[in-house]
Amino acid sequence: MEKLIDIQHLSKSFGTHEVLKDINFSVDKGEVVCIIGSSGSGKSTLLRCINLLEKPSGGQIIYKGENILDNRHDICTYRTKLGMVFQQFNLFNNHNALSNCMVGQMKVLKRSREEAQRVAMKYLQVVGMEQYINAKPKQLSGGQKQRVAIARALSMEPDVMLFDEPTSALDPEMVGEVLKVMKKLAKSGLTMLVVTHEMGFAKEVSDRVVFMDKGVIAEEGPPEQIFNNPQQERTREFLNRT
Amino acid sequence: MSYDWIIKIVSDNWPMFIRGAVMTLYISIIGTIVGSIIGLLVGVVRSAPVPEHGVKRVLFKVVNAIFAMYIEFFRGTPMIVQAMVIYYGSALAFGIDMNRTFAALFIVSINTGAYMAEIVRGGIISVDKGQFEAAYATGMNHMQTMANVVLPQVIRNILPATGNEFVINIKDTSVLNVISVSELYFQTKSIAGNNFRYFESFFVACILYFIMTFTVTRILRFIERKIDGPENYIIYANQMQVATPEDMVARTKSANQY
Ligand SMILES: Nc1ncnc2c1ncn2[C@@H]1O[C@H](COP(=O)(O)OP(=O)(O)O)[C@@H](O)[C@H]1O
Ligand SMILES: [Mg+2]
Repeated sequence: MEKLIDIQHLSKSFGTHEVLKDINFSVDKGEVVCIIGSSGSGKSTLLRCINLLEKPSGGQIIYKGENILDNRHDICTYRTKLGMVFQQFNLFNNHNALSNCMVGQMKVLKRSREEAQRVAMKYLQVVGMEQYINAKPKQLSGGQKQRVAIARALSMEPDVMLFDEPTSALDPEMVGEVLKVMKKLAKSGLTMLVVTHEMGFAKEVSDRVVFMDKGVIAEEGPPEQIFNNPQQERTREFLNRT
Repeated sequence: MSYDWIIKIVSDNWPMFIRGAVMTLYISIIGTIVGSIIGLLVGVVRSAPVPEHGVKRVLFKVVNAIFAMYIEFFRGTPMIVQAMVIYYGSALAFGIDMNRTFAALFIVSINTGAYMAEIVRGGIISVDKGQFEAAYATGMNHMQTMANVVLPQVIRNILPATGNEFVINIKDTSVLNVISVSELYFQTKSIAGNNFRYFESFFVACILYFIMTFTVTRILRFIERKIDGPENYIIYANQMQVATPEDMVARTKSANQY
């Protein structure tokens, strides 16, 4: 298996608060990895370190064999390879749905307007939002916003998609529509790293589940192991609580 | 009778009133536009992330210190005094006899710039952090993020404050009469100096000032609504207006893929 992202001894502190401690794990091409764990365990920080929204305090992030933390590496180019979906959607408020999916393609990837529009339409259709291309973010529901946000990330045609609790800010009746899209993507062979509290989703689609606790990876394994036969006491406790 | 005097003053002096009003509008429009551009540049630089190390970091700090001084100075002194200092000071220091209109434009622009810089900085700070992060995550650098995502939102949000500056400028250009710029107040003063009807002459000026500020306020409201766009959006049913035949092909292909 080809390692797409390989994280070695990653640590992150905010001041004296050590949020991530010696994290080691990797994501293979085509793999769907779910990260679970209680709130405050450092899941978001890990994801944000991977796309350098937070600067890691130590360790290495190897992307396709290259350490992207050495200074020579162009952060912007690297980030285009990672699609990020946020809990709070973060759609560009000054752009409509279509243009949210086009602006990155045009300004960063330097695609032509026609090309960008074609690609954007393709992914808006994948998420079922092609009818809403004219809508501004504030005119959409939470679930619709998140689907556009997924299309925006897909439009950059990244190597891996990072999802940070994509359904946690949604009303219960909208969770389903977003999970449906994500399942579709997972089945298509897209590489995905998903922080989630949706245990059913994690069970169904992941190739591997990572359980984080207090800034460390406490347990990692196939979903059958984590959910049916956890090896660690901490994992069992967490799963009993949820 | 005041009323008859007003009629008489207007019919005798309307070209002077109009010229004064046009000058006032001219100075305040240019001053607001140039001031907004200055404010945008200064505000963007002041809210930029501090470079991590080296010469750039030092340079950044120096530039920011200069901008901070500029803002403090121009916000902390009256424009009427600035006008005197700049106009007579430039003559004294450099022997330049500044064109009065140019001096007026310069003073109003630089003064507006100081206020706008803080308004812009506040506008940038108040944009949700998630907007920046989403842009960075898409691969945009700081400049691209500002240009494509943040500043369009900032400009929309500070439009009311900018309109307010414009209105203030229309009124405050009157202080430029101290360096004999022929704006509306200055013209009115000369008219009144000839006919000695101070109340009636300035009453006319008053009306003219109000017409200008009121019109400007209405126009800006209209622009705000235009920028906000329609309240509702159109749902594209089966035929998409933006779609080309290739899109339709792509659609069926991608539908199969997923
Ligand atoms: N910018 C920050 N500054 C200081 N502490 C932070 C910051 N971001 C996160 N933290 C802390 O790091 C810990 C892990 O946070 P986070 O990664 O958001 O957890 P999770 O996503 O698993 O809920 C929390 O204790 C949080 O308070
Ligand atoms: Mg989180």
